[in-house]
This record gives sequence, C-alpha cells and structure tokens, in this order.
Amino acid sequence: MITLEKRPTPSKLWSYLTPIVAVIATMIAGGIMFGFLGNDPVAAIRTIFWDPIFGEFAFYYRGQLLVKAGPLILIAIGLSMGFRAGIWNIGAEGQYIMGAIFAAAVGLAFYPMEARWLIFPLMVVAGAVGGILWAMIPGILKTKFNTNEILVSLLLVYVAESILASVSLSLLRNPDGAGFPGSRNLRQYESSANNELIAGWGMHWGVVAAFIAVIFAYILLSRHIMGFNIRLTGESPRAARFAGVNPDRLVLFCLGLSGALAGLAGMFEVTGPAAQISIDFNVGYGFTAIIVAFLGRLHPIGILLAGMLMALTYIGGEAAQASLGLPAAAIQAFQGMLLFFLLAFDVLTNFRVRFGREVTA
Amino acid sequence: MTNEPLLNIQGLRKAYPGVVANDDVSFAVGKGEVHALLGENGAGKSTLVKMVYGLVKPDIGTMTFDGAAYTPGSPHEARSTGVAMVFQHFSLFEALDVAENVALGMENPPPMGQLAARIREVSEEYGLPLDPNRLVGDLSAGERQRVEIIRCLLQDPKLLIMDEPTSVLTPQEVEILFQTLRQLQSEGTSILYISHKLEEIRALCDGATILRLGKVVGSCDPREKSARELAELMVGTELKTPTVASHDLGQVALSLTNLSVASSNPFGTSLKDVSLDVQAGEVLGIGGVAGNGQDELLGALSGELLSTPESVKFNGNPIGHLGPNERRTLGVLAAPEERLGHAAAPDMSLIENAALTANIRKNMVKNGFLDWGKAKAFAETVIKEFDVRTPGSGNAARALSGGNLQKFVIGREILQSPDVLVVNQPTWGVDASAAASIRQALLDLASEGAAIIVISQDLDELMEISGRFAALNEGRLSEPRCTIGLTIDEIGLMMGGAHGMEVAHTHQSEGAV
Repeated sequence: MITLEKRPTPSKLWSYLTPIVAVIATMIAGGIMFGFLGNDPVAAIRTIFWDPIFGEFAFYYRGQLLVKAGPLILIAIGLSMGFRAGIWNIGAEGQYIMGAIFAAAVGLAFYPMEARWLIFPLMVVAGAVGGILWAMIPGILKTKFNTNEILVSLLLVYVAESILASVSLSLLRNPDGAGFPGSRNLRQYESSANNELIAGWGMHWGVVAAFIAVIFAYILLSRHIMGFNIRLTGESPRAARFAGVNPDRLVLFCLGLSGALAGLAGMFEVTGPAAQISIDFNVGYGFTAIIVAFLGRLHPIGILLAGMLMALTYIGGEAAQASLGLPAAAIQAFQGMLLFFLLAFDVLTNFRVRFGREVTA
Repeated sequence: MTNEPLLNIQGLRKAYPGVVANDDVSFAVGKGEVHALLGENGAGKSTLVKMVYGLVKPDIGTMTFDGAAYTPGSPHEARSTGVAMVFQHFSLFEALDVAENVALGMENPPPMGQLAARIREVSEEYGLPLDPNRLVGDLSAGERQRVEIIRCLLQDPKLLIMDEPTSVLTPQEVEILFQTLRQLQSEGTSILYISHKLEEIRALCDGATILRLGKVVGSCDPREKSARELAELMVGTELKTPTVASHDLGQVALSLTNLSVASSNPFGTSLKDVSLDVQAGEVLGIGGVAGNGQDELLGALSGELLSTPESVKFNGNPIGHLGPNERRTLGVLAAPEERLGHAAAPDMSLIENAALTANIRKNMVKNGFLDWGKAKAFAETVIKEFDVRTPGSGNAARALSGGNLQKFVIGREILQSPDVLVVNQPTWGVDASAAASIRQALLDLASEGAAIIVISQDLDELMEISGRFAALNEGRLSEPRCTIGLTIDEIGLMMGGAHGMEVAHTHQSEGAV
C-alpha cells in the first residue's frame, strides 16, 4: 500500500526538483500521446524541445524564444506578487491590452514628430499607467465594496478587447491605411520603434524590462519589508494584520504592480513584435503568464526559467505542427500536461510517499 | 462495577515522524468508572483517545471493549461499538440550529420533529436544558458543549470520552456538568475524562492514569492523592510556583474608557463600554468563558481593531485610532491567543517570525529593507533566553511544539521591553514547567515597570499572577477587583454576568443567612 505522510516542514529539495520531474514526466506522457497519434515520439519531443535551440533552423527560432518569453516573464512576475499575497489578478490580458492602447495613443499623438528621447520614455510610462488604471478597477471595487477581484479582473479582459476592437477601427486607425482596421506601424516610426537590440537574438527593450523585473522582484521579496508583507499576507492573513499590514493597501499595491508590468508588456509588444494596434493584437500572453507564474513556483528565478520553457513549447509546438503535422490540439494537450504534472508532483513538497503495508493493531 | 473492565488497553504505541506520541501504554477503564487521563500538554493524551475513538490507528498494541477485541477503523465504527467523544474544540456549524447539528453527528438521525423532542427529553433528564431550535451561533460556549454532550448521549454510549471539558465553563457550569457526569456514572456509563485540572479530577474521578512523554508513569486513586502529588507525578519534577516580587505601582499606563468595538467576525462578540486602568508594574487578569470578547479585546488593544482615539489611552495620549505598528513604536505590544496563523506565520522561519512584530522596536528596517542579520540575532536571543527547543532559528514555526512556539511568541514580545503588554491565553496548551516559566517572565516584566494585561480562561493562573481580576461577559467587562480574598463563587458570578451590584447582593443574602 502506498501512503502519503505529511512532512514536518516542506522539502526544499523537492520544491526545486518538482518542475524538473514534471517536465520529464510531460515528455514521457506526451511522447506516448504523440505515439498514439502515429508519430515517432522521440522525433516529436526533439522537435519541440531540441530543434528550436540547436536544430537546423535554430537561427530563426532562437530569436523567437526571447520575443515570446519576454512578455510572459514580465507579466508573470507581476502576477506572482499578487498570487503570493492571495490576490488573484486573472485579468492581465486586459491590462496588457490597455497598456498597449495607452502607449500607442501617446506615440501616435506625437506622430510624425521625431524625438525618441522624449516620446519612447513617455510611451513606456503611458503603457504602465494604462495597465495600472485597468487593474485599479478590480482593486478599488475590492477594497471599497469587497467584490471578487478574480471575476472583475477577468471580465474586464473582455471589455478591454472590445475597446481594442473599437480603437483599431476608429480612434487609432491608420489614416493612410486605406480603411483597413489597425493603427500606423509603430515600428516604422523612429521615435516609437522597439527593435531588436542585437540582431537575431530577439532581444528588445521588453526583454530587458523582463530581466530587470526578475531582479527587482527577487530583491523585493527577499529583502524588502513590502515583499515580506506580501509573503506574510499570503501565508497567514491574520498574522499579517497583526504585523500591521494594511490589507487594502496591499491589494492596491499588488494589483497596481501586476497591472503596470502587464501594461509595459503590452507597450513593448505593440511597439515591437506586433508593431501596431489591431483587433487581434492580444494572443493570450496574459493568460499563459498565469501558468508561467505557477510553473515558476511564484519565484522570480523560477518564473524566468518557466517563461523560457513555455516559450519553447510554443515555438517547438509550432515547429512540430509545421514539420510533423501534429494537430494544434495535441500541442495544447501537451502544455496542459505540463501544468497537470507540476501540480501533481507538487504534493511531494509537502508529503512523503511511503511504500509498504501499514501496520495495524 | 464488575471485575471485567469495559475498555482494556495493552501496549499501545503510536509514532509520528520525529516523535513517539504513545509508547507501551496500558490501562483499563471499568464499567461505570470515571477514569481520568492525566498529563501535561504533549504527554500524548489526545493521541491516545484518538486511537480509542478510531481517528488514529495504533502502530502496535491491542484494545478490548466489553470483552471483545476492539480495532476501530473510524469514528463511525467506534460510535457503533458504543464509544462517544466530546472534543475540546467543538465541531458545530454556527449557522445551523441545535437539532440540525445533532442530526449531522448521528449515524441514523430520526425525523427532525422526533429528534427535537428527544433532545428536549434527554436534555431535561440530564439537567442540561437546551432548546433544539436555537441557532448554534447564538449559544454560549457552555451551551455549545451541551449540544456535543447531548449528541453523544442520544447514541446511548457505553464509554463517553471527554477532552478537557471544563476549559470553556464557568465554575457554576462545571458543577452542573459534574452532576450530569455523576448521573451517567450511576447509570453504568463509563467516562474517560481528560484534564490537567487536578482539583476537578480529585472531585470527580475514581481512577487515574498519568501519562508523561507518551508513557504511563503511574496510576492511582486521585481521591487519595493531593493535587500537588498528582502534579509532580505528571510533571516528573518538583513544581516551582512563580514568585511575585513586591514592588510599587507607577502611574496609569493604559486606560480604556467606554471602549465599544464591533467584532469583525459575524458570530464574534462586540465589546461594549469596556473601561479599565492598568498601572505601570501591575498585572491585571481578565477572565471569562471563551468567546465573550477576549479576541476582540486583544484586537482592540493590539491595534488590529480600531476604535475612537479617546477610548484607548497610553500614558494619557489617545491611541485608539492607531494601527499595530504605531502602537508598537510607542511601546504597546500584544501576543494573541492563536499561535499559528495569528501570532506567528506557520510556514515561515523563526527568523521571519521574529521580524514579524519586532522589526520596528529592534530597528530591523532601514529604508524599507529588512536586515535579516539583525532578525536572526534577535530570533536566536529569544530562543536562548526563553529556552525554546528547536534545531535552529531557520526552522518553520509550525515545526515547533505548541509550548515551544508559545515561549517564542511571548519571549519575542517581552524582549522588546514593552511598556504595556497584552497577552491572551499565554499558557494555553503549554506544559506545566513551560507555563511556570512564562508566568515568571511576565511577573519579572511587571516588576521592571511594565503594565501587563493577561487574558486567560485559566482561573488558577490569573489568581496566581494578577493583582486585580476582572471578567468579560458578552463583551462587557466587570469592575476589576483585588484578587486577594476573591472567592471562586464571586469569580463565577463575575463571569456569568452578575456585575458589582448583584455580587454585593449575594453577599448580603449570604450575610442574612
């Protein structure tokens, strides 16, 4: 008989080991699934995990890796702060959209003036402000009327999507665009372009911001009283109140921070890889970042690695679709497995597995 | 009583990772016997009765019940064999009424109307009047216990296990409970009575088994031993009684004037017009049955519950509107009752838990950054000075035993040299020697000139260390009175809501008789 036995203290070793074990288990289970679909499991796994980095066409994929990982990491870092404190911002996607709209609006307001030193920083600020404002709606509703931030932030994603569609068709539409929806190309506008810093690497300012966010979050959580209060509130809200933490202020801080980072991600995306505001600008980074945050154990370094891994499965998944003809659903199932195994193996952090029969009197 | 015991336990052992909760425990409970299980907290009493009640499976050892082998796999099996248990912490739903709560705990509940009638009947029969239609949320702790007891009695148990039943009762309520238990005993029901209150055991029980560190260290007839002998058997060493150093009292350090605060819990008790003064160097004891506003009073003093500025004054300055950290800066500290989850964060290390309240007075924060070196040093000072048994300051709070964590929590506040310290249940669930050292530390702090408020349900503790005593009842505080010369009857009346006048009235009638 197998029994689970609660550990007196959570195992440090297992909390580091579970993501690795989960990835390995996903490879095995995913390989079996791909096998049933009639593909060579080894080839499929290699296409997803190996080829994008070391394969023949790696020069193309490698750049994509950071492009995809950047926004995921940036958003997930913000979300993880709130998640640690038990504040559930599910609407990063909406904040991401609003950040992009605000930034694009500021940039386009200056068009065609050329003053990169002024316009680009202003757009960065506008992106953060857009995200913050959108996140403050669930924040203020929660602190004033005790509404559920999960529902409010989630529903505001759909509001943001409607606004996005609306501005793509009217306010921010490119006047020279022959009536097509979508704004001017911000990448072709010198003052707002967020181009690759090193050619072929996919490294743009958003990726730099993501790395800075990782370091900032690490210091905040481990050294700063605010990070301590965040962790304390998540562990034990009553103890946090006893320690003098103002719960309302913390809700606003965490939502504001995650909103700001999501807004920044939107800003860097709209000025870089996406290049313009359009109806289908958002591709789900805000939602995937939730998985990234948990896959990274809500720890900044973990999120950095998880963001890279998630980006890899996206890129590798696309490659597998193209070269092996795997269905898109199989790739999504594969990503789902990753989260499933992570949560399943998570049990080992708090529990010990015992084999053998229990001795009874 | 026949020769054949009802419950016979032979060589029970139960080990958890890192601790052996019970080792080679053997004893027997006779038919119609009230048997005491005596021991300090952590001696293994709870684990032992959980094995009898089928909640925990023993590693080795055998039990027989009524002559037959007894291996309960679940409480369900235990109940159908004839074992019933009243837990120390009630498992009742506050939003349901009494009859519904009773039905939830029964194997085959009869229809509601019939059940209500049965409840009324049984409660009258055993002198525990109870209205089956009342909401449990509106009941006092004593009444809630009655719900639990009646739930057990409706199953006609042969053995009734009671885990620390008197901790939530006023002395008068204890007397009623004892009458009920004696009535049960006379009808042939055996009772396994767990307690560390020695006088109760001497008054009620026919036999006693004494546990220490998971092992049986003796059995005796408690009526033949003195309370002190029992205590020393239980603790294993001679007991030190805290010494009260006589010292002069200073000015009023903390005063409450008509403090009224609403509870944050819908079933909590709001404070109503609470007034008191505590002088520097004084220990004021506040008694009362659990759930009469103790948590709220601590919250209102720690700053977790805010009130009007003038209703709480520290050295004459209004502080009612200040939060916990502002009060800490001034020197008003508190240690709440719930150790895990309120006074300390369970999964955080002792270093982090040291920083939890001490970061201000111990200057651990500079420009918003925590100095973990200072926090570690402070945590280690607390561990050393208060003899906290732990492998190191990096251990999680929940890995500590209740008594050790309590020493840590109290030590953490005392070593910040407060001017006012408010503690709630400072020795709850703490073994006797640790309790004695905590009490001594509180008295020492008072002799250094701090004003101390001890909120506790342990009346003996309050009588031992406090100079004046007041009681909370339904959120109101009685007039504080000098503990010297206070009788147990008077205390009971203070706790039961008879304030000042009625106490005087009792005196007159006593005088008249």
